[in-house]
Amino acid sequence: MDGVQIEIRDTRDIIAARSAGRDMARDRGFGSADQTRLATAISELTRNVIQYAGNGFCTLSDRSNERDIIVHVVVEDSGPGIEDLAQAMEFGFSTSKGLGAGLPGTKRLVSSFEIESVPGHTVATIELTKRKII
Amino acid sequence: MKIPILKLKDILITSIQIDLTDEEAIEFQTDVLAKVSEIDANGVVIDITALDVVDSFMARVLNNTATMVRLLGAEVVLCGMQPSVAITLVEMGRELIGVETALNLDQAVDNINELIKSRATTSLKERRLEPWMGCR
Repeated sequence: MDGVQIEIRDTRDIIAARSAGRDMARDRGFGSADQTRLATAISELTRNVIQYAGNGFCTLSDRSNERDIIVHVVVEDSGPGIEDLAQAMEFGFSTSKGLGAGLPGTKRLVSSFEIESVPGHTVATIELTKRKII
Repeated sequence: MKIPILKLKDILITSIQIDLTDEEAIEFQTDVLAKVSEIDANGVVIDITALDVVDSFMARVLNNTATMVRLLGAEVVLCGMQPSVAITLVEMGRELIGVETALNLDQAVDNINELIKSRATTSLKERRLEPWMGCR
Protein backbone atom coordinates (compact mmCIF):
# COMPACT_ATOMS: atom_id res chain seq x y z
CA MET A 1 0.00 0.00 0.00
CA ASP A 2 1.58 3.26 -1.08
CA GLY A 3 0.64 6.42 0.71
CA VAL A 4 1.43 10.10 0.72
CA GLN A 5 1.43 12.37 3.72
CA ILE A 6 1.27 16.13 3.42
CA GLU A 7 1.80 18.43 6.33
CA ILE A 8 -0.78 21.21 6.43
CA ARG A 9 0.72 24.43 7.72
CA ASP A 10 -0.44 27.20 5.44
CA THR A 11 -2.87 27.72 2.58
CA ARG A 12 -0.29 26.59 -0.02
CA ASP A 13 -0.49 23.14 1.54
CA ILE A 14 -4.23 23.09 0.77
CA ILE A 15 -3.30 23.26 -2.91
CA ALA A 16 -0.57 20.63 -2.48
CA ALA A 17 -2.96 18.24 -0.69
CA ARG A 18 -5.78 18.58 -3.19
CA SER A 19 -3.39 18.20 -6.14
CA ALA A 20 -2.00 15.01 -4.60
CA GLY A 21 -5.58 13.75 -4.17
CA ARG A 22 -6.43 14.55 -7.76
CA ASP A 23 -3.26 12.82 -9.00
CA MET A 24 -3.97 9.69 -7.00
CA ALA A 25 -7.59 9.56 -8.19
CA ARG A 26 -6.46 10.05 -11.79
CA ASP A 27 -3.77 7.37 -11.49
CA ARG A 28 -6.34 4.92 -10.13
CA GLY A 29 -8.64 5.49 -13.11
CA PHE A 30 -11.25 7.86 -11.68
CA GLY A 31 -12.82 10.27 -14.18
CA SER A 32 -12.46 14.04 -14.11
CA ALA A 33 -15.68 14.63 -12.16
CA ASP A 34 -14.53 12.24 -9.42
CA GLN A 35 -11.05 13.75 -9.42
CA THR A 36 -12.60 17.18 -8.89
CA ARG A 37 -14.96 15.88 -6.19
CA LEU A 38 -12.05 14.44 -4.25
CA ALA A 39 -9.80 17.48 -4.76
CA THR A 40 -12.60 19.78 -3.60
CA ALA A 41 -13.38 17.62 -0.56
CA ILE A 42 -9.70 17.64 0.44
CA SER A 43 -9.61 21.40 -0.08
CA GLU A 44 -12.53 21.90 2.31
CA LEU A 45 -11.13 19.62 5.00
CA THR A 46 -7.58 20.95 4.89
CA ARG A 47 -8.86 24.53 4.98
CA ASN A 48 -10.72 23.67 8.17
CA VAL A 49 -7.39 22.48 9.58
CA ILE A 50 -5.74 25.83 8.80
CA GLN A 51 -8.73 27.81 9.98
CA TYR A 52 -9.51 26.06 13.23
CA ALA A 53 -6.36 24.20 14.26
CA GLY A 54 -3.50 25.99 12.54
CA ASN A 55 -1.80 22.86 11.30
CA GLY A 56 -2.27 19.15 10.75
CA PHE A 57 -1.82 16.32 8.29
CA CYS A 58 -3.45 14.98 5.19
CA THR A 59 -2.68 11.34 4.40
CA LEU A 60 -3.65 9.71 1.14
CA SER A 61 -3.55 5.98 0.51
CA ASP A 62 -4.80 3.39 -1.89
CA ARG A 63 -7.10 0.96 -0.05
CA SER A 64 -8.35 -0.90 -3.08
CA ASN A 65 -9.55 -4.49 -2.66
CA GLU A 66 -10.54 -7.27 -5.10
CA ARG A 67 -13.86 -5.61 -5.77
CA ASP A 68 -13.34 -1.84 -5.51
CA ILE A 69 -10.80 0.85 -6.23
CA ILE A 70 -10.64 2.99 -3.11
CA VAL A 71 -8.73 6.21 -2.49
CA HIS A 72 -8.65 6.77 1.25
CA VAL A 73 -7.91 10.20 2.72
CA VAL A 74 -7.41 11.12 6.37
CA VAL A 75 -7.26 14.76 7.42
CA GLU A 76 -6.40 15.30 11.06
CA ASP A 77 -5.33 17.99 13.44
CA SER A 78 -4.76 18.55 17.12
CA GLY A 79 -6.80 21.72 17.35
CA PRO A 80 -9.59 22.56 19.79
CA GLY A 81 -12.03 20.19 18.08
CA ILE A 82 -15.58 20.70 16.88
CA GLU A 83 -17.89 21.34 19.79
CA ASP A 84 -21.13 20.27 18.17
CA LEU A 85 -20.54 17.89 15.26
CA ALA A 86 -24.23 17.53 14.40
CA GLN A 87 -24.51 21.29 14.11
CA ALA A 88 -21.30 21.53 12.04
CA MET A 89 -22.82 19.05 9.59
CA GLU A 90 -25.88 21.24 9.04
CA PHE A 91 -25.91 23.11 5.77
CA GLY A 92 -25.58 26.83 6.37
CA PHE A 93 -24.09 26.59 9.83
CA SER A 94 -20.75 28.28 10.33
CA THR A 95 -18.83 29.59 13.30
CA SER A 96 -16.58 31.52 10.94
CA LYS A 97 -17.64 33.78 8.11
CA GLY A 98 -18.03 30.85 5.74
CA LEU A 99 -21.09 29.81 3.81
CA GLY A 100 -21.46 26.83 6.10
CA ALA A 101 -21.23 24.57 3.09
CA GLY A 102 -17.84 23.09 3.95
CA LEU A 103 -18.54 19.90 5.90
CA PRO A 104 -22.02 19.01 4.61
CA GLY A 105 -20.86 19.89 1.10
CA THR A 106 -17.82 17.67 1.46
CA LYS A 107 -19.96 14.76 2.58
CA ARG A 108 -22.02 14.99 -0.60
CA LEU A 109 -18.93 14.77 -2.80
CA VAL A 110 -17.42 11.51 -1.64
CA SER A 111 -18.45 7.87 -1.29
CA SER A 112 -17.87 7.77 2.43
CA PHE A 113 -17.33 10.43 5.04
CA GLU A 114 -16.60 10.08 8.73
CA ILE A 115 -15.58 12.66 11.24
CA GLU A 116 -14.60 12.32 14.87
CA SER A 117 -13.67 15.16 17.10
CA VAL A 118 -12.56 15.57 20.68
CA PRO A 119 -10.64 18.54 22.07
CA GLY A 120 -7.07 18.02 20.84
CA HIS A 121 -7.86 15.63 18.01
CA THR A 122 -10.13 15.92 15.00
CA VAL A 123 -10.03 13.24 12.30
CA ALA A 124 -11.97 13.36 9.06
CA THR A 125 -11.84 10.27 6.85
CA ILE A 126 -13.14 10.27 3.32
CA GLU A 127 -13.10 7.68 0.56
CA LEU A 128 -13.68 7.74 -3.14
CA THR A 129 -14.84 4.32 -4.28
CA LYS A 130 -15.36 2.82 -7.71
CA ARG A 131 -16.26 -0.72 -8.74
CA LYS A 132 -13.43 -2.50 -10.53
CA ILE A 133 -14.19 -3.50 -14.08
CA ILE A 134 -13.55 -7.19 -14.36
CA MET B 1 1.76 35.96 -8.29
CA LYS B 2 -0.36 38.79 -9.69
CA ILE B 3 -3.21 38.01 -12.03
CA PRO B 4 -3.17 40.33 -15.04
CA ILE B 5 -6.30 42.43 -15.52
CA LEU B 6 -6.67 43.73 -19.07
CA LYS B 7 -8.72 46.70 -20.16
CA LEU B 8 -10.80 46.36 -23.31
CA LYS B 9 -12.73 49.57 -23.98
CA ASP B 10 -14.93 50.01 -20.90
CA ILE B 11 -14.60 46.45 -19.61
CA LEU B 12 -11.94 44.51 -17.77
CA ILE B 13 -10.91 41.01 -18.74
CA THR B 14 -9.05 38.73 -16.40
CA SER B 15 -8.20 35.06 -16.46
CA ILE B 16 -7.27 33.00 -13.43
CA GLN B 17 -4.65 30.63 -14.82
CA ILE B 18 -3.22 29.10 -11.66
CA ASP B 19 -4.47 27.58 -8.44
CA LEU B 20 -4.79 30.47 -6.03
CA THR B 21 -4.06 30.28 -2.35
CA ASP B 22 -6.68 31.91 -0.14
CA GLU B 23 -4.51 34.99 0.26
CA GLU B 24 -3.96 35.28 -3.50
CA ALA B 25 -7.70 34.95 -4.09
CA ILE B 26 -8.39 37.84 -1.72
CA GLU B 27 -5.61 39.87 -3.36
CA PHE B 28 -7.20 39.21 -6.74
CA GLN B 29 -10.54 40.48 -5.40
CA THR B 30 -8.91 43.67 -4.14
CA ASP B 31 -7.06 44.19 -7.44
CA VAL B 32 -10.23 43.78 -9.51
CA LEU B 33 -12.10 46.31 -7.37
CA ALA B 34 -9.24 48.79 -7.48
CA LYS B 35 -9.00 48.49 -11.26
CA VAL B 36 -12.77 48.91 -11.77
CA SER B 37 -12.67 52.08 -9.73
CA GLU B 38 -9.47 53.32 -11.36
CA ILE B 39 -10.67 53.12 -14.95
CA ASP B 40 -14.42 53.50 -14.28
CA ALA B 41 -15.05 50.12 -15.85
CA ASN B 42 -18.63 49.19 -16.70
CA GLY B 43 -18.02 45.48 -16.61
CA VAL B 44 -15.64 42.71 -15.60
CA VAL B 45 -15.21 39.32 -17.26
CA ILE B 46 -13.53 36.69 -15.11
CA ASP B 47 -12.34 33.63 -17.00
CA ILE B 48 -11.96 30.52 -14.84
CA THR B 49 -11.17 27.98 -17.56
CA ALA B 50 -7.97 26.94 -15.83
CA LEU B 51 -9.52 26.52 -12.37
CA ASP B 52 -9.95 22.82 -11.70
CA VAL B 53 -11.15 23.29 -8.12
CA VAL B 54 -13.69 25.84 -6.94
CA ASP B 55 -14.30 25.01 -3.29
CA SER B 56 -16.62 26.88 -0.95
CA PHE B 57 -13.93 29.46 -0.21
CA MET B 58 -13.20 30.25 -3.85
CA ALA B 59 -16.93 30.25 -4.62
CA ARG B 60 -17.42 32.79 -1.86
CA VAL B 61 -14.60 34.97 -3.14
CA LEU B 62 -16.08 34.92 -6.66
CA ASN B 63 -19.57 35.66 -5.32
CA ASN B 64 -18.32 38.47 -3.13
CA THR B 65 -16.20 39.95 -5.91
CA ALA B 66 -19.25 40.06 -8.18
CA THR B 67 -21.35 41.65 -5.44
CA MET B 68 -18.69 44.25 -4.70
CA VAL B 69 -18.19 45.07 -8.36
CA ARG B 70 -21.94 45.56 -8.71
CA LEU B 71 -21.91 47.86 -5.71
CA LEU B 72 -19.36 49.97 -7.54
CA GLY B 73 -21.83 50.13 -10.41
CA ALA B 74 -20.32 47.65 -12.86
CA GLU B 75 -21.38 44.20 -14.06
CA VAL B 76 -19.63 40.83 -13.77
CA VAL B 77 -19.73 37.74 -15.96
CA LEU B 78 -17.85 34.57 -15.09
CA CYS B 79 -16.86 32.31 -17.95
CA GLY B 80 -15.24 29.03 -18.84
CA MET B 81 -16.24 26.98 -15.83
CA GLN B 82 -15.14 23.38 -16.30
CA PRO B 83 -17.93 20.78 -16.36
CA SER B 84 -16.52 18.91 -13.38
CA VAL B 85 -16.38 22.15 -11.37
CA ALA B 86 -20.04 22.85 -12.20
CA ILE B 87 -20.96 19.30 -11.11
CA THR B 88 -19.08 19.69 -7.84
CA LEU B 89 -20.58 23.09 -7.04
CA VAL B 90 -24.12 21.88 -7.57
CA GLU B 91 -23.54 18.74 -5.55
CA MET B 92 -22.08 20.72 -2.68
CA GLY B 93 -25.06 23.02 -2.52
CA ARG B 94 -26.57 25.18 -5.15
CA GLU B 95 -26.21 28.47 -3.29
CA LEU B 96 -22.52 28.66 -4.00
CA ILE B 97 -22.42 30.37 -7.34
CA GLY B 98 -24.85 33.21 -7.91
CA VAL B 99 -22.89 35.10 -10.51
CA GLU B 100 -23.86 35.61 -14.13
CA THR B 101 -22.00 32.99 -16.18
CA ALA B 102 -21.14 32.31 -19.81
CA LEU B 103 -19.76 29.34 -21.69
CA ASN B 104 -16.71 31.09 -23.07
CA LEU B 105 -15.02 34.46 -23.42
CA ASP B 106 -16.90 35.39 -26.61
CA GLN B 107 -20.26 34.91 -24.94
CA ALA B 108 -19.07 36.56 -21.76
CA VAL B 109 -18.15 39.75 -23.61
CA ASP B 110 -21.51 39.68 -25.45
CA ASN B 111 -23.35 39.14 -22.16
CA ILE B 112 -21.54 41.87 -20.33
CA ASN B 113 -22.25 44.36 -23.10
CA GLU B 114 -25.93 43.35 -22.95
CA LEU B 115 -25.94 43.82 -19.19
CA ILE B 116 -24.31 47.23 -19.48
CA LYS B 117 -26.79 48.26 -22.16
CA SER B 118 -29.82 47.06 -20.21
CA ARG B 119 -28.56 48.80 -17.10
CA ALA B 120 -28.44 52.07 -18.98
CA THR B 121 -32.07 51.67 -20.05
CA THR B 122 -33.65 50.39 -16.82
CA SER B 123 -34.66 52.80 -14.16
CA LEU B 124 -33.04 52.67 -10.76
CA LYS B 125 -36.24 51.33 -9.25
CA GLU B 126 -36.25 48.33 -11.52
CA ARG B 127 -32.72 47.40 -10.61
CA ARG B 128 -32.75 45.11 -7.70
CA LEU B 129 -30.18 43.32 -5.65
CA GLU B 130 -30.15 39.62 -6.40
CA PRO B 131 -31.22 37.33 -3.55
CA TRP B 132 -27.80 35.68 -3.42
CA MET B 133 -26.30 38.95 -2.31
CA GLY B 134 -27.65 38.52 1.18
CA CYS B 135 -25.43 36.74 3.66
CA ARG B 136 -26.94 33.40 4.53
